[in-house]
Amino acid sequence: MSLSPPEKTAEQERSLLNVEVAGESAVATGSTEVVYELRGVDVHYGQALAVGGINMRIHKNVITAIIGPSGCGKSTMLRTLNRMNDAIPGFRLSGEVLYHDRSIYERNIDPVEVRRRIGMVFQRPNPFPKSIYENIAWAPRILGLRADLEERVENALRGAALWDEVKDRLKQSALGLSGGQQQRLCIARALAIEPDVLLLDEPCSALDPIATASVEELMHELRRDYTQVIVTHNMQQAARVADRTAFFSLNVENGSRSGVLVEYDTTKTIFTSPGDQRTADYIAGRFG
Amino acid sequence: MSIQGTASSTSLSPTGRAGGRFGDRLLTVLTSGAALATIAVLVLLVEQVVNGSSLSISAFGLGFLWHSTWNPTLSAGAVNANVYGAAVLIYGTVVTSVIALVIAVPLGVAIAVYLAVLAHGRVGAVIGPLVELLAAVPSVILGLWGIIVLAPFLRTTIEPALHAALGWIPIFGAPNPTGLGVFTAGVVLAIMVLPIIAAVCRDLFLTVPQDLKDGALALGMTRWEMIRGVVLDSSRAGIGAATILGLSRALGEAIAVTQVIGTGSTITASLFQNGDTLASRIAEQFIGTVSRLQTASLFYCALVLLVMELIANLAAQLITRRFQKRRGLAL
Repeated sequence: MSLSPPEKTAEQERSLLNVEVAGESAVATGSTEVVYELRGVDVHYGQALAVGGINMRIHKNVITAIIGPSGCGKSTMLRTLNRMNDAIPGFRLSGEVLYHDRSIYERNIDPVEVRRRIGMVFQRPNPFPKSIYENIAWAPRILGLRADLEERVENALRGAALWDEVKDRLKQSALGLSGGQQQRLCIARALAIEPDVLLLDEPCSALDPIATASVEELMHELRRDYTQVIVTHNMQQAARVADRTAFFSLNVENGSRSGVLVEYDTTKTIFTSPGDQRTADYIAGRFG
Repeated sequence: MSIQGTASSTSLSPTGRAGGRFGDRLLTVLTSGAALATIAVLVLLVEQVVNGSSLSISAFGLGFLWHSTWNPTLSAGAVNANVYGAAVLIYGTVVTSVIALVIAVPLGVAIAVYLAVLAHGRVGAVIGPLVELLAAVPSVILGLWGIIVLAPFLRTTIEPALHAALGWIPIFGAPNPTGLGVFTAGVVLAIMVLPIIAAVCRDLFLTVPQDLKDGALALGMTRWEMIRGVVLDSSRAGIGAATILGLSRALGEAIAVTQVIGTGSTITASLFQNGDTLASRIAEQFIGTVSRLQTASLFYCALVLLVMELIANLAAQLITRRFQKRRGLAL
């Protein structure tokens, strides 16, 4: 990133303002189209219940944050949305995960097809050990989106606000990019196959503050075209980027711990007047 | 210093633990001695091979490499009596090794992909050690199995099929009635190098970060697309190194090859005919040599083999080094 410190401060102020505005407008317009509907979702790993009794709706073109203490099943929840948990031994899901009113865990649904529409960005930037261009072009080429591939790559990189920084070195290894650039490359890679939803699993946890600011700014820009769900351990980040926030916590019963959804509301409500004491305690930093 | 040390604990006394310094010195001497002994053995070995072959080198020179006569007869009237050339053997060594790799590399990579990426828990835990156990089968036993089971099987099924389908290519001639030959030797070698290639590639594929595999799957890739684009693509150099490791094993194998190659003395186009390799010829004839020149020629064969192995080994090291450099960048 080439942002100098004063600009950065201004940038942050602006994005903080944006949060307020964005949060308000989301509430005002009340983006009502439901992308995901979770009905009584329980996730087990073997015998152990990881997350239980989840009911929530995720709305179109809204940034939804999932926050909560470690081990409360935030990432598990996120990964059920694109069936990335399938490969984990002992994974079992009951209840319904409806994506545009279709249950994605039905027997005749191909998880590959699900992931094709629902992009994901991981904790640690994970560019492939290929050139910058190939990182983006690889998936579209395989998926048969070969027409105007160069234009597609450029659009994806522009979409991820990375084009100007890398346009002169597309042939170079992606591993030479900085952490923040790598993470935006991973977002670009996801955008290149034109997903409907973008899932972000603590996308900034391995990034420095400046790179974090660049990714958060990008999320704001992507809000127009994509539905985004972000897991974050950083409450300030949720407050900055999310329109709606879900607070997960740990439920200890008979010595076994499982994640529960405590409260789910607009980010403003969660952070200023939470309805549940546990949320209030967490937000105030009294535990977790 | 926040800790108040006593005089004895802060003074640098020359006598620490009894014999501590002596022990360290001994350790250095012993270990460096062991390392130097390796080099000494190698030097002596090369010297012995060169010395042993000097008679043959002065008699035949480099022509030894491309002359195919190998005639230990001493009777005065015979044509080319006591004349030696290694062309047949070099050809046999290269061809059997190539056959071995053509079979073992795809198979070994496939096994490794299964074990490292696809197999779940218990299946992998059973098959993995079994594959490595294959490497523990003594080559003489594999050779016996080659004579009794493999040769008749190849003669009656695989060789006729290849001859029928691809007979217009000279290398797939009519099957040898004994079932022995270059092709059979290549298949036996393939079985021998398979576990090496599979084990090395498996370890290699296990080092491909889960992050990358997840990244590919999250893009809507199938498992095969993920394997091809991420696992195999990022392991290309390592697969190359594993291949050369297998090659060096195949080049030098003597006993099993002797048992199944049929000891031919000419270069034939068909893979199904008898042939011989450098290592195999040395094993066959060293005990019963009839002249000093024959012994020297066998040493010359050993020298050629040594050089071939050396080149393979250097190539493997070169590839691995390049590979590690790329890895270093990745981490």
